[in-house]
Amino acid sequence: MEKKVVEHVALLASLKLSQKEIKKFQKQLTDILAYIGQLEELKTQVVEPTSQVTGLKNVFREDESKPSLSQDEVLSGTKKVHNGMFKTKAIFE
Amino acid sequence: MKRLSQLTIKEAREGLRRKKFSSLELTRACLERIKKFDKKIKAFLTVCERESLEQARRSDKILNQPLAATNRQALLGVPVAVKDNFCTEGVKTTAASAVLENYFPVYDATVVQRLKEAGAIIIGKTNMDAWAHGSSTETSQFFTTRNPWDLSRLPGGSSGGSAAAIIADEVIGAVGSETAGSIRQPAAWCGMVGFKPTYGRVSRYGLIAMASSLDSPGPMTKTIEDAAFVLQALAGQDKMDATTSPKEVPDYLMALEKKLPGLKIGIPKEYFLEGMNKEVVAVVQGAIKVLEKLGMRIKEVSLLDPQYSVAVYTILQRSEVSSNLARYDGLRYGNDRASFGEEAKRRIMLGTYALSSGYYEQYYLKAQKVRTLICQDFDRVFSQVNLLVAPTSPSVALKVGASLDDPMFGEIQDILVEASTLAGLPGVNLPCGFSKEGLPIGMQIIGPQFSEELLFQAGHAYEQATDWHKRRPKLT
Repeated sequence: MEKKVVEHVALLASLKLSQKEIKKFQKQLTDILAYIGQLEELKTQVVEPTSQVTGLKNVFREDESKPSLSQDEVLSGTKKVHNGMFKTKAIFE
Repeated sequence: MKRLSQLTIKEAREGLRRKKFSSLELTRACLERIKKFDKKIKAFLTVCERESLEQARRSDKILNQPLAATNRQALLGVPVAVKDNFCTEGVKTTAASAVLENYFPVYDATVVQRLKEAGAIIIGKTNMDAWAHGSSTETSQFFTTRNPWDLSRLPGGSSGGSAAAIIADEVIGAVGSETAGSIRQPAAWCGMVGFKPTYGRVSRYGLIAMASSLDSPGPMTKTIEDAAFVLQALAGQDKMDATTSPKEVPDYLMALEKKLPGLKIGIPKEYFLEGMNKEVVAVVQGAIKVLEKLGMRIKEVSLLDPQYSVAVYTILQRSEVSSNLARYDGLRYGNDRASFGEEAKRRIMLGTYALSSGYYEQYYLKAQKVRTLICQDFDRVFSQVNLLVAPTSPSVALKVGASLDDPMFGEIQDILVEASTLAGLPGVNLPCGFSKEGLPIGMQIIGPQFSEELLFQAGHAYEQATDWHKRRPKLT
């Protein structure tokens, strides 16, 4: 895995990595992918993928409104609050 | 005579109902034991002393009522420990991560809610690998839990705190969670029962998500019977988790009373790995002989090389982790993404890569297809045998420091449990002997989906015939 790929993936994952971490992960991720490469030994051309194993399909429920957490409870985990709302960085300039 | 904190759930229930002791005495005994030994063992991240004593007093009021004997709350007045990745209302929940070092949930996980409904007293939150990423508790961003059998060794993980607390008799029962090995492997290294139920048998609501298609909460206890008490309280459909099964929950305790049916046990030859710890092999083979003496028929079977399940698990788990940990933005609760530890960062990186454009088919889709092959492999073998028996871990508890700088440590330790978790199967670790150095060795029994009753029956039969589950480390 090239260094610029590690940097790009870190950007996608919103992780700020140090140069030391980038170097370390570059080697470790390359090693792990080599280990995973052994899956190529198994033929899967006609095999369907499995994303979950419950056998359940289309689990629905009634769309009813119910009592939920209060605004104060929802905001209790952060100090960054403005007028009873979460405060975040501006997305637009 | 046993000290109160040494009691099993069954013994504690009986003692409380017969008024041999109160819930307050029992809870105090556990808290005293924690005070005395947990400085060394470090099983707990949070001890809820005040809350648990209050709860104990409330339990005693119920137990002192005239009709207390008919109370149906299975865990009434019994102190239990909960892994720190289950949300507990008003009680700090960190998942052993610095991101959540000051997170106080405003709701209970379904597992916690059901424990409370069953009357259990939540005595504290146990240490784990951060976000449950690992098999050692060494990735905990707070401290490493020590194995009570040898304080220079690891308890295993990720539910290492729950395992250590049980075997050190700091608590009567405990709950852990397993994605691949996180219940069974620490149970093996600490010498106790760890029961991973079928995926979807126990709700994940309020469990801090790791790999959502695999996460399974379950009991960690001193005996099989205790695991049945806890699973009975936890199991069943939950409208807050759409992957929970609508299947009716059987009476697990009743199953223990039933006569053991004629069972055919498969021994997968690929699960006795080349270069594996010889004492583990010998002890598990000895345990299989005990099963044979109990009337079970033993048959060697063949499964896919477990190496493949490690590769599949690594891709799927990292991918699901990268998605689940994307929510930690530091805006609504918790610290920002700079607080992630190295292991979490590495897993997020690999998962993001595996899911990114151009690599999805090569890694994620390929892994999902091999997951299908693994499921089919188990279907085939379960048409020949009722249950599978194998070692749980390829080694005994390793030394503190063993996991450091090995990015695949957890996967290699969990090589013998990853295939069964990918297929959503239930599995239980049972203590089945000790190494010459006095470290516990465990075997696992794996069954088809929703075969929990059969696992309890077979495990109970083995436990009745042996006394490994009664052994305890000498703590000073």
